[in-house]
Amino acid sequence: MANADCIILMGGNMAEAHPVGFQWVTEAKARGARVIHIDPRFTRTSAVADRHIAIRAGSDVVLLGGLVNHVLTHDLYFREYVVAYTNAATLLGEDFRDTEDLGGLFSGFDPRTGDYDPSTWAYAHPDGRVESTGGEEHGASASARAAGDQHGSGGPALEHSTVLRDDTLQNPRTVFQVLRRHFSRYTPEMVRDMCGITLEEFEYLARSVTENSGRERTTCFGYATGWTQHTLGVQFIRTAAILQLLLGNVGRPGGGIMALRGHASIQGSTDIPTLFNLLPGYLPMPSAGLHDTLADYLEEVASPTQKGFWAYADTYTISLLKAWFGDAATADNDWAYDYLPRLNGPHGTYQTAMDMLADKVEGYFVLGQNPAVGSANGRQQRMAMSHLKWLVVRDLNLIESATWWKDGPEIASGELRTEDIGTEVFFLPAATHVEKAGSFTQTQRLLQWRHQAVEPPGQAESELDFFHELGRRIRERLAGSTDERDRPLLDLTWDYPLDEHGKPDPEAVLSEINGYHVTGPDAGRNLSSYTEMKADGSTACGCWIYTGVYAEGHNLAARRVPNGGAGIAQTEWGWAWPADRRILYNRASADPQGRPWSERKKYVWWDEQAGRWTGSDVPDFPVDRAPDARPDPDLGGAEALAGDDPFIMQSDGKGWLFAPTGLVDGPLPAHYEPQESPVRNALYPQQQAPARVLFPREDNLGAPSADEPGADVYPYVFTTYRLTEHHTAGGMSRWSPVLAELQPEMFCEVSPQLAAERGLETGGWATIVSPRSAIEARVLVTDRMRPLRINGREVHQVGLPYHWGVGTDAVVSGDAANDLLGVALDPNTQIQESKVASCDVVAGRRPHGEALLRLVRDYQLRAGATVGTDSARITDPARETVEPDPGDDEQGSVWHTRW
Amino acid sequence: MAAWSPLEWPVLRQFRSGDVFGRGPAVTSPTTRHIAPRTATADRVVQSVCPFCAVGCGQKIYVKDEKVVQIEGDPDSPISRGRLCPKGASSAQLVNNPLRQTAIRYRAPYATDWQDLDRDTAIDMIADRFLETRRRTWQDRDEHGRPLRRTMGIASLGGATLDNEENYLIKKLFTAAGAIQIENQARI
Ligand code: SF4
Repeated sequence: MANADCIILMGGNMAEAHPVGFQWVTEAKARGARVIHIDPRFTRTSAVADRHIAIRAGSDVVLLGGLVNHVLTHDLYFREYVVAYTNAATLLGEDFRDTEDLGGLFSGFDPRTGDYDPSTWAYAHPDGRVESTGGEEHGASASARAAGDQHGSGGPALEHSTVLRDDTLQNPRTVFQVLRRHFSRYTPEMVRDMCGITLEEFEYLARSVTENSGRERTTCFGYATGWTQHTLGVQFIRTAAILQLLLGNVGRPGGGIMALRGHASIQGSTDIPTLFNLLPGYLPMPSAGLHDTLADYLEEVASPTQKGFWAYADTYTISLLKAWFGDAATADNDWAYDYLPRLNGPHGTYQTAMDMLADKVEGYFVLGQNPAVGSANGRQQRMAMSHLKWLVVRDLNLIESATWWKDGPEIASGELRTEDIGTEVFFLPAATHVEKAGSFTQTQRLLQWRHQAVEPPGQAESELDFFHELGRRIRERLAGSTDERDRPLLDLTWDYPLDEHGKPDPEAVLSEINGYHVTGPDAGRNLSSYTEMKADGSTACGCWIYTGVYAEGHNLAARRVPNGGAGIAQTEWGWAWPADRRILYNRASADPQGRPWSERKKYVWWDEQAGRWTGSDVPDFPVDRAPDARPDPDLGGAEALAGDDPFIMQSDGKGWLFAPTGLVDGPLPAHYEPQESPVRNALYPQQQAPARVLFPREDNLGAPSADEPGADVYPYVFTTYRLTEHHTAGGMSRWSPVLAELQPEMFCEVSPQLAAERGLETGGWATIVSPRSAIEARVLVTDRMRPLRINGREVHQVGLPYHWGVGTDAVVSGDAANDLLGVALDPNTQIQESKVASCDVVAGRRPHGEALLRLVRDYQLRAGATVGTDSARITDPARETVEPDPGDDEQGSVWHTRW
Repeated sequence: MAAWSPLEWPVLRQFRSGDVFGRGPAVTSPTTRHIAPRTATADRVVQSVCPFCAVGCGQKIYVKDEKVVQIEGDPDSPISRGRLCPKGASSAQLVNNPLRQTAIRYRAPYATDWQDLDRDTAIDMIADRFLETRRRTWQDRDEHGRPLRRTMGIASLGGATLDNEENYLIKKLFTAAGAIQIENQARI
């Protein structure tokens, strides 16, 4: 970021939520970079930015789409980069229909199931037929397993990489022309009317971004959950990616789109996923019907004839099975592939909570997370836990997720009685970060090792020790079992070297994650690179993207050369995946001939003499592939990468402006309003994202949207956010006297205009009511919030930090903002929309006990909120066309039903 | 304490020490003068990483008598250059917090309060429940006869605050056991 010439911070408040990281923005600014903050609230980030632009929460695609349109209509894109490195010149199939044709839908939508069949989004096939997208997986299936998450380390599979191109970009079926037409309605006036951003503000932003892009200059974007937590969160990021690709800001220093993530190792827990839909290294969890055999699995994950390094997914998968099941994984049993459990639907955290309510789940482990406060629709979460047979909470403090049965809000409201709750609760104290050794992966994919400083106190212990011991005892109990279902547990490699206290050595676990040779002359030696992996069982590896972190038995995550050494990439501090590269796709930092785009932005280039790529970073490219190399694309894998295919994890080597596969809600971003919104979508007749994941249930009612009757009962928009002094649901901060004193009380930020409208005073109380709950908060009247003019009327926004929860053990407690939220999810990721919803605000404290439930119910009745509210898939069937028409297809041969 | 000398008279002290305005050494008390920073008296220093957000600021952990006495930013870190925000700077309190739970707590069904449990018993009880639930809720195949080999009776949430090695063991154990509803903050 420090190398950027312009930094756009959007969907986040970096100065307060990532304060120390923000020094690099400050540094860039000191070197002359322009910093622009786009956010519903004026925050400390805005205060030090060159400019703050207020935006209506949830309208980001309109603004970013406006920028894309601006770049395209004024020919401001980086032509050489776009033609050579993106799929702009690629031709699409004839059956594709855009939102322009169908009133806001793409072709392939089934209104009965709410899913897209993406087959018409494919590239045109060289011999005339439509390119098939791998296993032809239907959107419903892909959404259910949150298949979008798989692309955490590379693009989705194409059958092969031969495409039709028109390098003049003139053919109307080129991605470029489709893009042009698609974004043409994202005008500055539309931005003004939907985002509340003036023409002058837009012009300033557009000028800043385009003038700071090109050969000599780069612009970077930084975002946080203000982009991800929406029913179309992935498409927010996609729009920014399209813009950045058009401007040539990917793979170059000072470019890119930075995810500013919120937990010490949230990146690590995605790479080595404690997530239902993934195996380590973004390999998918097998799905019944799609991945019944290893052959099915490998074929669907990546075609060996596609370009790039995903083509070797067989080596990653088999090495993983080898790492887990050791000698029991043999060629004869398909490397114990059948030991893996299968998905057959979405098993995300929200679906699991609803399964608890249906008494399908008996036991629940909660590990350093606080769903009673941190998850959307907190009441639903707590009620769900009350249905469990047993609950294990491992944390540092007695968080609300451990104590809801005695002091939760539902005890206070009388909905639950402690004596009636049959759940057995185990609270196990955890070790802090200094009481165990291990690695965190921070937000730039950098692994950093922590050495152990002291022993954990009392009965506290690390998750490593606990799970190792739990696994040991489970295996002990099963010893001698002849039941085939116990084989995976019994054959599991679980013999880690133990220290004098009988605790497993975390470095030994890292060594397994890194991988090693199982057989051959190098048996036992750690792998240095994922390219060494084989699909014949001779290598084992727990997470292929981490291979190299423990190369030759050296823990590179523990590297601590001051300041990371001398180079610009600071590579001697920790270790970045993959292969210690700091900037991904850095081949794009050189022009098609391999020369730096400019002296100023020189990073990785082709050294003609040496016949190698070289520069300040590890080249993210086959190191000896000459820029003019044009191998036969049908070779597949890395061999097929042309010298100008910088996007080596994409199946055609190009950056995708248009996503022919891999997304379940559309190949291009389109703006839809949030699940709940007082505003009518002016872009299309379609109001909400058609493929969003819905839970129409009595405990998850929605506020009527736009101008529907009852929308005025919840007239305001609220958004949630973090403060510097607290950490998410407060489990690590509300128990700290210092932090609790700095931010003692739940509050809401309102504009002076809204305060006048509702009689609110700073320091007084307000009650915020949504269809899910009502909470109280201290009032902060501030012109940091200001009403926006949207489509000719005033829209007020309310800001709510979400760190507090109701309990009695923390130093400070308070009502939880997340209790107000409903659950509606992005179908690509199954992430909930928590950055925007509708509410009412009234002066004074909320009622208690049963009166609170009555208040919420009265509001629901007045608004006419039912399970049908906001649940329509198609807003205006008369103006929207579903193509192909699914009407007479009752057999379900094409249309699968949602699980 | 040393015998009182006229030279220690405050005004003289101010001039003698060059601290003419009396804001520095001239006015420090003997107690202050004899205090050494905890960072200087620590037995050892261990390099670590802040446990809160994903910036990943470097930390130096100062340990004395097997207790953490101070946590400072690590000036060597190219990410943080020695800085910590209020959360990172307060992390010694996370470790030494008197409110922190260091004992296992157990709440029996329908009970109104916690009781104590030793570690052995607790892990045994959890392992028993784990296997019982797994047995009761096992699904071998779906309605089309395709393999499922799993339990939908056991779920887990958390990982974003944990180490890579810990997440690895959790995912490995649960997957082998057939438990698939394994989630963390990254979904949220
Ligand atoms: S010190 Fe602050 S900015 Fe740095 S990692 Fe910790 S929480 Fe994040």
